[in-house]
Amino acid sequence: MRPRRIGADLRIVARGYYRNPAALFFSLIFPLILISLFGLIFSASGSGPVTLEVLNEDSHSALAAQFLSALNNTTIVKVQVVPTASVTPSGFSAWLGQQGDPVGLVIPSDFTTNVTADRPVNLTVFANPQDAAAGGEALFAVSGVANAFNLAEAHGTPVIQVPPSKGVGSEIYSYIDYLIPGLIGFSILTSPMFAMVETTSSYRKEGLFRQLTLTPLTRGEWLASRILWYVVLTFGAAAIMLGIGVGVFGAHVSVGLGILPFLLVGPFFFVSLGMLAGSVAPTPESAAVIGNIITFPMMFLSGTFFPVSEFPSGLQTFAHVLPLYYVIDGMNQVMLFHNLARASTDLLVVVVAGVVVFLLAIRLFRWRDD
Amino acid sequence: MADAIEVRGLVKQYDGLTAVDHVDFSVPPGTVFAFLGPNGAGKTTTVEILEGLRKRTSGEVRVLGLDPWSDGAELHRRIGVIPQDFRFFEKITPREGIEYYRALFDSRADPDALLRLVELEDKQHARYDQLSGGQKQKLGLALSLTNEPEVHFLDEPTTGLDPTARRAIWNVIRTLKQQGRTVFLTTHYLEEAELLSDRVAIIHHGKIIAAGTAAEIIAAHGRGTRLRFEAPPALAEYLSRSLGVAARSSPGLVEVDLEHPRDAVRVLTAAEESGLPWTTFSTAQDTLEDVFVRMVGTMDDGALKGEVPT
Repeated sequence: MRPRRIGADLRIVARGYYRNPAALFFSLIFPLILISLFGLIFSASGSGPVTLEVLNEDSHSALAAQFLSALNNTTIVKVQVVPTASVTPSGFSAWLGQQGDPVGLVIPSDFTTNVTADRPVNLTVFANPQDAAAGGEALFAVSGVANAFNLAEAHGTPVIQVPPSKGVGSEIYSYIDYLIPGLIGFSILTSPMFAMVETTSSYRKEGLFRQLTLTPLTRGEWLASRILWYVVLTFGAAAIMLGIGVGVFGAHVSVGLGILPFLLVGPFFFVSLGMLAGSVAPTPESAAVIGNIITFPMMFLSGTFFPVSEFPSGLQTFAHVLPLYYVIDGMNQVMLFHNLARASTDLLVVVVAGVVVFLLAIRLFRWRDD
Repeated sequence: MADAIEVRGLVKQYDGLTAVDHVDFSVPPGTVFAFLGPNGAGKTTTVEILEGLRKRTSGEVRVLGLDPWSDGAELHRRIGVIPQDFRFFEKITPREGIEYYRALFDSRADPDALLRLVELEDKQHARYDQLSGGQKQKLGLALSLTNEPEVHFLDEPTTGLDPTARRAIWNVIRTLKQQGRTVFLTTHYLEEAELLSDRVAIIHHGKIIAAGTAAEIIAAHGRGTRLRFEAPPALAEYLSRSLGVAARSSPGLVEVDLEHPRDAVRVLTAAEESGLPWTTFSTAQDTLEDVFVRMVGTMDDGALKGEVPT
């Protein structure tokens, strides 16, 4: 592996790309359209007030009663007080899950004490990831009333704080949050797979690999420059989706260094897989078919658009053999659930699979004929 | 000094079909070798084996002392190749392509000089998919020169090109020859072979049917000097009868084979004595093309099948 040759080849790839509008469309504009479309669909508000189950731990306080009455007056939510005897705050999330309408609010027992003493207090909103609109509306109403109370009662000091809501049964708060790792995974899959299958089979048909055989460029270097290029495109696509998802649709995801390994290893795996698929196929037409057979199940069954946990158990088992599942699950663990241990396991699966596919791709693929 | 290319008993079979059948030849360094043959004769298979792009079935092959298949990587640094149907990346310009090859080969070749040599300076910033057939081929030539190779393989470099582009490529081949480089050229243009090459080999049905300089091949396989008359067929009969020479007629034309050029005097005298109305006469000699067409044609007619003329 010589960096100079990889660099030279990377320049050729990049030029071919930005001089080909169709390729750029699929890699960057398509993610933009996807995130905008899904964001618009799933952040649209429903009709009528949302029933908000309230666990009022501070039930003897006039201030808490005023707060709930103000919430009702917003007409966005309809407050329904849960008897404190039947549920504990720690079991509230699970209890909501058993009810049909799981949007909830907990007012802690020290609510009044803290507000009167100008000490910060947290109001926790619980929402169902499957009902993003209801969760969003409830959070909106609670935050609005909290702001009004901060102005009136605490003289403008923001003592009543409404942190991002907690999920019912999990930490997920809205569908768009869930969608961001899914759509990043979608573009990690589709952008290299479709392009590499096409490139590999058409290069072979047009004799471009034979042309490259006559140069010192090795198959490993050729593949490495493509991997680097799709890492660049993946960063671009991820930035677009995060920018629009967070900036326009108010998604709550943590964007940290934790997702970087997935943005590197994901393209590494799928570029190699695309080359392998394109090289075992005898013609460009059959390559496209093989590419689609590999790509389409993964596109929908790896947790791109719907959480795998919502699948019937047979399909869940199937999802667990799809490499993209581990890329998306890993990013979910990092961005939503903060479960770095599980993210590391996911990453390891993708790295091992990637190394195997990379080695297979450069070993099985012949640039010369026997 | 060892030969730049040595081939002994080369055989290539595809699924029981023999594409190259016990071929032997060698190319001394600094010479231009033309490999001729009709389409499907085994030219490209042979050249691809020499370039290390195709594995041979059996036989000995050495290019610059290397085995092209097993020492491919080392060989490719020292040879330059234009494959038949040269293709390149569609969106890349000639200058970018040359820069790319320079980086791959760690070469110091001057891109401007290369572009000037192949006469592609005015198109250096045009993308490959906008170049004409001749310009694409010139790019292929420039790329094949980037690593300053010792041996050049040009597989039908001028097929389908207009005369101007063809001449430009010929000029480059002459320049290479002047620089003392070895050139292996396959072509089905006999004129090209005669004009550029030191030595020629003709391959047909996978076998070499003639080899040597163009003059040697013509002498060995040509029909010698002929005398041609514009005359009625009766003249051919008269000359055969009176002189015992081989004379043929085609409409309006009579052709007499001469064993020696000075026999022309005798034939002309006899023609004058015949009293038949002949007008102009001329002498004719076989070109390489005549020899080629006749050898390949007669073999295909079955007359020479199975034989290997040398």
